[in-house]
Amino acid sequence: MRYDQARYGDDERYQPLLSEKDTTEVKPGEGSALPDDLTRDSLELPSLSEPELARHYTRLSQMNWGVESGSYPLGSCTMKYNPKFTEEVAADENAAVHPDRPDETVQGNLKLRYDLQRYLAEIGGMDAVTLQPPAGAAGEFTGITVAKAYHDHHDNDKSEVIVPASAHGTNFATAAMAGYEVVELPSGEDGRVDFEALEAAVSEETAALMLTNPNTVGLFERDIADIAELVHDAGGLLYYDGANLNALLGRGRPGDMGFDIMHYNVHKTFATPHGGGGPGAGPVGVVSDLADFLPRPHVRARDEDGEVVADGADREDLTYERYDPPESIGKVHGFDGNWLVLAKAYAYIARLGDEGLRDASAKATLNANYLAEQLDLEVPYEPFHHEFAATAGDRDAADVAKGMLDYGVHPPTTKWPEFVPEAMLTEPTEVESRAELDDLAAAFNRAVTDDEETLAAAPTQTAASRIDQVSAARDPKLSWHALDDATADE
Amino acid sequence: MSSDGRRDGTPFAPHTPAETRAMLEELGVETEAELFDIPDDVAFEGELGIEQRSEREVVTELGETFADNDDLVEFLGRGHYDHYVPSLVDNLSLRSEFLTSYTQYQPEITQGFLQALFEYQSMLVELTGLGVANASMYDGATALGEAALLAERLRSVSGTEVLVPEQLRDGKRAVLENYVDGSDLTVETYPYADGTVDTDALARAATEDTVLVYAETPTATGAIEPALETVGEVADDADALFTYGSDVVALGLLEEPAAVGADVVVGEAASLGLPTADGMGTGLFACKEEFLRQVPGRLVGASTDESDRRAFTLTLQTREQHIRKERATSNICTNQAWVALRTAMHVASLGADGLAELAESSVRRASDLAARLDEIDGVTAPVHDRHHFREFPVSVGEAAVADAETAAAALRDRGFAVHTLDDTRLQVCVTETNEHAVDDFVAAVREVAT
Repeated sequence: MRYDQARYGDDERYQPLLSEKDTTEVKPGEGSALPDDLTRDSLELPSLSEPELARHYTRLSQMNWGVESGSYPLGSCTMKYNPKFTEEVAADENAAVHPDRPDETVQGNLKLRYDLQRYLAEIGGMDAVTLQPPAGAAGEFTGITVAKAYHDHHDNDKSEVIVPASAHGTNFATAAMAGYEVVELPSGEDGRVDFEALEAAVSEETAALMLTNPNTVGLFERDIADIAELVHDAGGLLYYDGANLNALLGRGRPGDMGFDIMHYNVHKTFATPHGGGGPGAGPVGVVSDLADFLPRPHVRARDEDGEVVADGADREDLTYERYDPPESIGKVHGFDGNWLVLAKAYAYIARLGDEGLRDASAKATLNANYLAEQLDLEVPYEPFHHEFAATAGDRDAADVAKGMLDYGVHPPTTKWPEFVPEAMLTEPTEVESRAELDDLAAAFNRAVTDDEETLAAAPTQTAASRIDQVSAARDPKLSWHALDDATADE
Repeated sequence: MSSDGRRDGTPFAPHTPAETRAMLEELGVETEAELFDIPDDVAFEGELGIEQRSEREVVTELGETFADNDDLVEFLGRGHYDHYVPSLVDNLSLRSEFLTSYTQYQPEITQGFLQALFEYQSMLVELTGLGVANASMYDGATALGEAALLAERLRSVSGTEVLVPEQLRDGKRAVLENYVDGSDLTVETYPYADGTVDTDALARAATEDTVLVYAETPTATGAIEPALETVGEVADDADALFTYGSDVVALGLLEEPAAVGADVVVGEAASLGLPTADGMGTGLFACKEEFLRQVPGRLVGASTDESDRRAFTLTLQTREQHIRKERATSNICTNQAWVALRTAMHVASLGADGLAELAESSVRRASDLAARLDEIDGVTAPVHDRHHFREFPVSVGEAAVADAETAAAALRDRGFAVHTLDDTRLQVCVTETNEHAVDDFVAAVREVAT
């Protein structure tokens, strides 16, 4: 399939910037109720009519690729279809309340938070869940900060966090941000954790091991029970990166595997829109020993007798309240996190239920395996679940990706993880049909066999052709002011 | 029925039972379960206990749940504001090519979002007067945390102390404390006098150990800070970064941060573009160009493509965690791109005139409401002799109901939500979205106070 993306513009530029159409300068201080020294002298912004703006943004949208444009098999990113009805739910005006309202006036929102905490705890096999972190990496930061607070509370002197080489970059950055030394763990020959290397890495200094399971190439860490025992025996905690949870829904729970802390990427697993890079939400689940350290406020329920309900089964007689866990780490977001994203995640989970969640994992795994079977590329590590790393062999994976853009699909994640040469990390998700998977496979197979010249010229059907990233970094122009300055310098 | 059909599996997988069977056959297995490689000892065989519901059932259920929220007119602010969002913003931002896209790792096919984020960055550069703005952070509090970590990374400043005002909203302070917990930094407090910075006390507090001085305008209680230039000088004398906190509406009217010596500007961008959404935000982050390589988060830059036309791309990614791992400038990956897009749309729909007017009316509404409340016996508003933006403290210390909690509860009974600041003071916020209820609100305060 050939793909043509809409493009606008002239010989110099694509769709003009708002600032290139019309701008107005005002002097906000003039006629202000404020004295001169408190107000700005000048403000210059685009000045366009509503129809002009509507066209501008419609054109920009047509120069952009989303899940509804076509398949988007970015490994580890879990780009699946976002059901429409969740937008309707999130747009409910009754849900739009200020976060500082008293508890008794926002029982609806608190109930939803409570129920979502409960659902996520069940899905992860965890005892308590906070919804506050506004993204996956914020969840990691929350989880590692909770681990640190736990160790501090018990006077455990710990200085290291172990992270597999194949882990998401956020794991490394998070551990460093929390003040830990990062110990990088090489992958074993079978693509999994090298148990001997782990034994060598684990010590009394180990605060936590951060893992995702299935791992970044979709392989299940079969030794997880032994891994957990090893880390726990050294007094460390096991952290689960929820990036790959879509492969496990209703089939395996991090809590049952020995993980103590986990985050959920609700924008991945529970199909809330990624929004071009956010908002997301990264709730964090913990086992009971760590619950007292979760961010404040947390939400709990009381029954008619005023007793705090422990298990939170569905009941009509509950009232909901925010409270501060006794050893809380404090806050990781200025208010209570990305509420609208959480509401969409709840709606998605409720729509699927047990059966739908299990089936999502089944179809995601089926699709990944079926797609790999159709590819003329080698897949060095298996058996895999929801995603796999194919190798482009002697071709440059980044070039192959550019070639695929012309064939109507978004390419996979390329050149990562690093232990797979010319990696093409592919995750079709459950939402692609067999026919779409066949098209996707065709795009792969065609691009990987395209001649050098074709690939070097690709993409040709997208809004822009190959973009010069080197000069963008060498001579950064990060605003329309910088473009004006550059023109003025010439 | 087996779980391989559409009817009782996920409604969002397109496979028919026949398709599923054919695909399994091709893989040489009989069931999907055989594809799973989970050892028995950690496999989950139980039930999660989550009932599957139809779309209509979920919509109805959540409609009923949200209806349990009380219908109150909110006079609430303190860092989270309700401004009217034009329909244009909803309508266009909900276009699926925007909403359902991912981070722009393949720029050729994501020019639209990249350009919109470049325009967002440009608007912040205009509003702050600083050279660089990033493509958003989670919210104002996390942006402040990142500013502190930026200060620690800069070689030109040395020291371990972050100075913040005593009146900082708890959420911001608590997030900042967590952000610096893994660093050598500590958070210290300087006092206010009459609702804004006590500059003499600040000058005494700022020492060679100070790495960052944070001041905000409007303050947590809505006062417009008159002494920012002095704050900048104090920070400069201490060789500390002057970090200026504000929001995207206030910046449309107040003195440009660069003009008073700001090195970094943080705050809320979602005060435009997002309706009251129970705490969602968008962190704005701008700084001097000389800090470029230390900026946290995503940056969109202009470049050219093969046909030599201008095109946009994520740039300077060697600062980011997916390249630099533990040496990254931040762990942030997913940010608030879509809300930033909405903010840009909202700013564009207002234009310079509209934004300046919205900001000006935010001052006027606050002073009008304060004057009306001040006429009530026993009520003083605003408490401080300052200009205010949207909101201000109200003392009920001399009123019939002299206890702020009791007064707030009595107002709640009359359909209004306000903040309580301490034993005797409330805080109220007025924008174009609750202005219609001001007469009734004033009457309610009068009833409660006298």
